[in-house]
Amino acid sequence: MKKLFSLLLASALALSLGACGGSTTSESTGSAATSEAATSEAATSEAAESTPAEGEASGDLITVGFAQVGHESDWRTASTKSAQDIFSEANGYNLLFNDADNDSAAQLEAVRGFIQQGVDYIIIDPIVATGWDTVLTECEDAGIPVIVIDRTIDDSDKYVSWVGSNFKDEGLACGEWLKAYADAKGITEINALVIEGSTGASATIGRTEGFKEVADKYGWNILDSQSGDFTEAGGQEVMESFCQSYAGQFNVVICQNDNEAFGAMTAMDTAGVTYGVDGDVIIVSFDANKPALQEVMEGNLNANFECNPMAAPFVEEIIQQLEAGETPEKEIYMEESWFVAEDIAGESITVNGVEQPLVVVTQEVLDARPY
Amino acid sequence: MNKGKKITQQQLFLPVVCVLLVLAVNIFYDVSQGNEFYNFFKITLTNDVLQGRLINILNRGSEVAILAIGMTLVVSASAGTDISVGSVMSLCASFCCMLVAGYGVSSVSSPDEFAMPLVVGLLGALVMGLVCGAFNGALVAYLNIQPMVATLILWSAARAIGLLLCNNLIVYVRDDTFGLFGGYLGPIPTPILIAAVCVAATSLVLKKTALGMYVQSVGINKRASRIAGLNSQKIIFLCYLICGLCAGIAGIVASSRITSADSNNIGLNMELDAILAVALGGNSLGGGKFSLAGSIIGAYTIQAITTTMYNLGVSTEVAPVFKAVVVIVIVAIQAPPVRAWFKKRAAAKAVQKGVASV
Repeated sequence: MKKLFSLLLASALALSLGACGGSTTSESTGSAATSEAATSEAATSEAAESTPAEGEASGDLITVGFAQVGHESDWRTASTKSAQDIFSEANGYNLLFNDADNDSAAQLEAVRGFIQQGVDYIIIDPIVATGWDTVLTECEDAGIPVIVIDRTIDDSDKYVSWVGSNFKDEGLACGEWLKAYADAKGITEINALVIEGSTGASATIGRTEGFKEVADKYGWNILDSQSGDFTEAGGQEVMESFCQSYAGQFNVVICQNDNEAFGAMTAMDTAGVTYGVDGDVIIVSFDANKPALQEVMEGNLNANFECNPMAAPFVEEIIQQLEAGETPEKEIYMEESWFVAEDIAGESITVNGVEQPLVVVTQEVLDARPY
Repeated sequence: MNKGKKITQQQLFLPVVCVLLVLAVNIFYDVSQGNEFYNFFKITLTNDVLQGRLINILNRGSEVAILAIGMTLVVSASAGTDISVGSVMSLCASFCCMLVAGYGVSSVSSPDEFAMPLVVGLLGALVMGLVCGAFNGALVAYLNIQPMVATLILWSAARAIGLLLCNNLIVYVRDDTFGLFGGYLGPIPTPILIAAVCVAATSLVLKKTALGMYVQSVGINKRASRIAGLNSQKIIFLCYLICGLCAGIAGIVASSRITSADSNNIGLNMELDAILAVALGGNSLGGGKFSLAGSIIGAYTIQAITTTMYNLGVSTEVAPVFKAVVVIVIVAIQAPPVRAWFKKRAAAKAVQKGVASV
């Protein structure tokens, strides 16, 4: 009896394992991709406006293959959903979606699969930065344009465009905002603690560099900088330690993503440190997911600097340019917003010569956010 | 003299010395920094809760300590390790939050929004832990599959199943009652209490019943134990069951700390810490004789190293290297040839003294 039970258990789990490991390529249609009806409707209508009667003009659908990294975070899920919303049948596209689950070999195979299926365009969010030259040459030979999003490819330039975030600008923006905010509040001395992201990640490197550049410029003091691995548990543990090492010595905490900020807030609650708009410590976060913007609106976070996951509209624009025979730019940085809790730091900040508005988070701003 | 010899010969002597050595590093550091020498060991009651580095070590080390209980039994009985505990932790946490929040819901913030009462979620997590333990146990005990291979299945699958349960989202259960298990009960961090209860319950069972002896005997020689009348398979199965339950409890603690189920990160690589804890406790990974107390000390040694790194302000990039060096030193001190050398030296000294006194 027991043996039978164990066999049953074994087969059940083996089956579910197979189900997880199996290819997740699926043809997604507009209706299948909806999880929040209102959001996708908004996105779809927006996209429809930008491509008037695209389906009628060419007569048939444009097939796009999208090799996604995986589904490891809310950010990634938003990125996937953005693609599914934009490249819908209603907009004149047929999207072949592949989730490689963070396996770079599987991703390479997925791209080869797209070539065999004869898709019109391939979108890649590369899991690793190297090892792409062979497969991109195959794409070129097959005459399929490749568009890279989010992460970068270092060892090949056989792609049309790269669309992504400028992490260093995010760090610079954070610094410039802090300068304006501190001036407005009459804070003369900045003693900052930084909770970094995963060591070696491009977001970590860019945000650290950007903020440090501003800190050096204004002579701020960065007390310590430790990695919280982009997780809430990590942010909590690092902040707990910071609260003991630098009790009463810091007035700024920079968290390099939202999850770390949640953890840091819990740790400061425990240690009895007040933060946010009415607190002793200025706390800043990156990514700007909806739950974190809620915290900004409530004044628990002072500012949040967006890392836009919605690359699909930009990719769509590139595809339209290619369809029209134009040459798109090689590197395209996405527009990103800087969100703040109070409007005392002025209405805009200038980063790298570009002036960008500071958005004060209200319920309307929050409701308009798709992720 | 006689007494001193006895202490050094005890099994727990070296693990205890090692954890004290790690802690002692902080005294040197604090003195060199001009702080009070007891800075690291200071415990204060701030904001109505106990705070201090020692509390941090006990608090943050709880999950590994709880896992180490199950891992010790598994190692002893089956001479193999359960490498699935980290993933099972994640699965149990996901299952718990999924039950409470409802499938596909990414965030709930008060009991009115709960799909099911919190108790159901917590019990669900424990049952899920037991099911995973039973699965591993069945493969190892009844199908005679190598423990590492058998548990490899859940090592890779459990986290993925957890992600499916959570619809690939981080499920937030922002509720104070749920947060209690990873927060504070009065002034004391709850994880410390949970770990203490788990350790106390297990050692009580091992002391009051013959289970401990049975486990050791099966680990030393499975066949001989069976011939002697023990149901070896049942005992190995039971050990994996307990290990699964421990993973479930640790999963609840880990997810309660962040009041959410972060399937990708909860318990990540924690199986390795649990195995290391067993080894640092002076236990042989070859099975047989075991010391539960040793494993628990080992678990807190690992956290002591991590917290020391924070105290010393070692940058995150190089911290793993320092950690590795410390672990190598600790393991080397406890290696049989080194132990034998110490023993020989002590014996030689005793002889010399004997000669001198004559």
